[in-house]
Amino acid sequence: MKGSDVTVSGISKSFGAFKALKGVSLEIKKGEFFSLLGPSGCGKTTLLRVIAGFEEPDSGIVGIDGRDVSGLPPDKRRCNTVFQSYALFPHLTVFENVAFPLRLKRLPNRLVRELVMKHLSLVQLEGHAEKRPSMLSGGQKQRVAIARALINEPSVLLLDEPLSALDAKLRQRMLVELDSIHDKVGITFIYVTHDQQEALSVSDRIAVMDQGLVLQIGSPQQIYENPASDFVARFIGETNIFAGVVASREGPFATVECEGLGPLLVEANGEAPLGARVSVAVRPEKIRIAAESPGARPELNVLSGVVEEPIYSGFQTKYIIHLAGGGSVTVFRQHANWSEGVPDLKWKDEVYLSWSARDSVVVESDAVANDEVVNGAARPPAP
Amino acid sequence: MTRNYGKIYAGPQALWLTVFFAAPLAIIVAYSFMKRDLYGGVLPQASLEAYRSLANPTLLSVAWRTLWVSFIATVFTILIALPCGYSIARSGNQAMRLFLVIVPFWTNFLIRIYAWIAILGNEGFLNDLLKILGLRTNSVQFLYNQGAVILVLVYMYLPYAILPLFSTIDKFDFTLLEAARDLGATRMQALMKVLIPNIRGGLVTAVLFTFIPIFGAYAVPLLVGGKDAYMLGNVIADQVTKTRNWPLASSISMGVTVLTGLAAVIFAATSRRTAQHVVEDSGIGPLSATAGIPSGGQA
Ligand SMILES: Nc1ncnc2c1ncn2[C@@H]1O[C@H](COP(=O)(O)OP(=O)(O)O)[C@@H](O)[C@H]1O
Ligand SMILES: [Mg+2]
Repeated sequence: MKGSDVTVSGISKSFGAFKALKGVSLEIKKGEFFSLLGPSGCGKTTLLRVIAGFEEPDSGIVGIDGRDVSGLPPDKRRCNTVFQSYALFPHLTVFENVAFPLRLKRLPNRLVRELVMKHLSLVQLEGHAEKRPSMLSGGQKQRVAIARALINEPSVLLLDEPLSALDAKLRQRMLVELDSIHDKVGITFIYVTHDQQEALSVSDRIAVMDQGLVLQIGSPQQIYENPASDFVARFIGETNIFAGVVASREGPFATVECEGLGPLLVEANGEAPLGARVSVAVRPEKIRIAAESPGARPELNVLSGVVEEPIYSGFQTKYIIHLAGGGSVTVFRQHANWSEGVPDLKWKDEVYLSWSARDSVVVESDAVANDEVVNGAARPPAP
Repeated sequence: MTRNYGKIYAGPQALWLTVFFAAPLAIIVAYSFMKRDLYGGVLPQASLEAYRSLANPTLLSVAWRTLWVSFIATVFTILIALPCGYSIARSGNQAMRLFLVIVPFWTNFLIRIYAWIAILGNEGFLNDLLKILGLRTNSVQFLYNQGAVILVLVYMYLPYAILPLFSTIDKFDFTLLEAARDLGATRMQALMKVLIPNIRGGLVTAVLFTFIPIFGAYAVPLLVGGKDAYMLGNVIADQVTKTRNWPLASSISMGVTVLTGLAAVIFAATSRRTAQHVVEDSGIGPLSATAGIPSGGQA
């Protein structure tokens, strides 16, 4: 591995009275594609700037390869940044933008040309070397910024929402490309984004942040399937949250008594002591929806309700179901069997919802969020 | 049918330029090719006499001194104006600081020159201060030399350099400096290789706004310079009012105009070639800048 490991321990940073980072610690492995994911304003950029050396933290240490780099200026750290706004030099051509770090080192012309062309071909921009940045499209500017950040052969690449200025289609393409660049250069990527879909699809691991704190660190799967809290569950994809009290524990399961809905059998990985107020999270795609009751089976939760709103979107239909016990639930139904005559569910149809106990988890309830989401419907992730 | 309203709208400006720029210039051109009348004015006879007398060693040495003083004063002005413009652009209360830059204009420029005389004079504040501090027992001669002229010229034209520099630096994207630092540049390298090239438009404007009026300076060298620091503006004034050789005054004026015009064009052209798009982006290209330059010779 050519990359470095990055250790962030106990970083705090305030701007005036405002605490942007409140003691953030991370262990990022060599060559990892690590994402910082969180809503806008949660401190992602600030953390990245602390790692790059643009901000001096109030307390805490940044280590690269076990060496404390706190206090080193940005030009002395072996990490380079891809800025959100690209930050290409408008007075220089694409070639000279990418060559900028090499010119500073006064490398001979022949070597500069060789290295620059190599990196321009890495981002597929060989034909644009003599253009000015102002003549490039957003996606092309992004590639120049990546090539320029890589030419110094950093051991860590910091990317601050690099795709946020691109349109949705292009974003998908660039994401795949970033992933392949990561595979090719093999260095550590620290990728900042507020888009959970981006983070889930490319990261080796994700740190979910909110209000200057890291809430959970884990693989995309861990974060999606076993969110640590209400906030994480709701931020990553859509989810249904039910509030309740732990009534009993048996093996990996807990029975949670939910207001109006009765007992739900739920997988409990973390601590769920008897009598604790917790939240139960169920992903909308894990819930089966049917016109007839699936019958009682162990480890199967069944609820009944009526269709409040079917929302057709081609590959699937999203249903909002009003539960008999109060509150509503979001359910996704894939259209894999559409042609086989699965009955179409319409407004006011009575339906049965069921899901396996293993497909729902107990999550820590955020005290604040609790009040507003008692048996609440799935919410879209925060912007 | 579409009518070209542009021409109509340009009318007032064309009239203005004709009356206050083209016509006086034409008169000077005409006078410079005529014979002098003994008591001022001109005789309506064509002559190259005025241009022949330009090749006169005293005049050439004054021309050389004028170039030199203008150059040094411009360099100092820009060196001071750059950090000023930068700090105003980056400060939280731009309006207040810009206001402070403009405040001196509320006082007549002659009064401001006399203020400098009050400061630098043999019985002035500075000498008083030196005596109070016990550093000197007798007065230091600060006034009536080239140094005093340069000092006061720099003071006079500083705002003309600060304002265009401020306005381009204000539009500069400072993340570019962070990007440069990130890519391995030291603080100084980032400023020289990224800030300076990107504010070239403002620099060109600032240089022209200071160099051209300083080249035609009249009052400052007259009042704080004395005979040894005379500049072309003073020679022209003397030819008009004392020697009463109007054709010569006109031909020297033509010389000043041609020299400054040439310097401006060369300077603007070289800067334009290296930073064309930047100049265009900033909207203060050297040409639009020259059009608004404070006329030479007022100070
Ligand atoms: N230089 C600064 N001065 C004052 N407040 C700042 C500064 N930089 C960031 N902040 C504040 O810190 C918080 C976190 O900002 P940031 O790290 O940019 O968030 P994110 O990148 O996650 O959107 C925001 O509320 C922002 O207003
Ligand atoms: Mg940000």
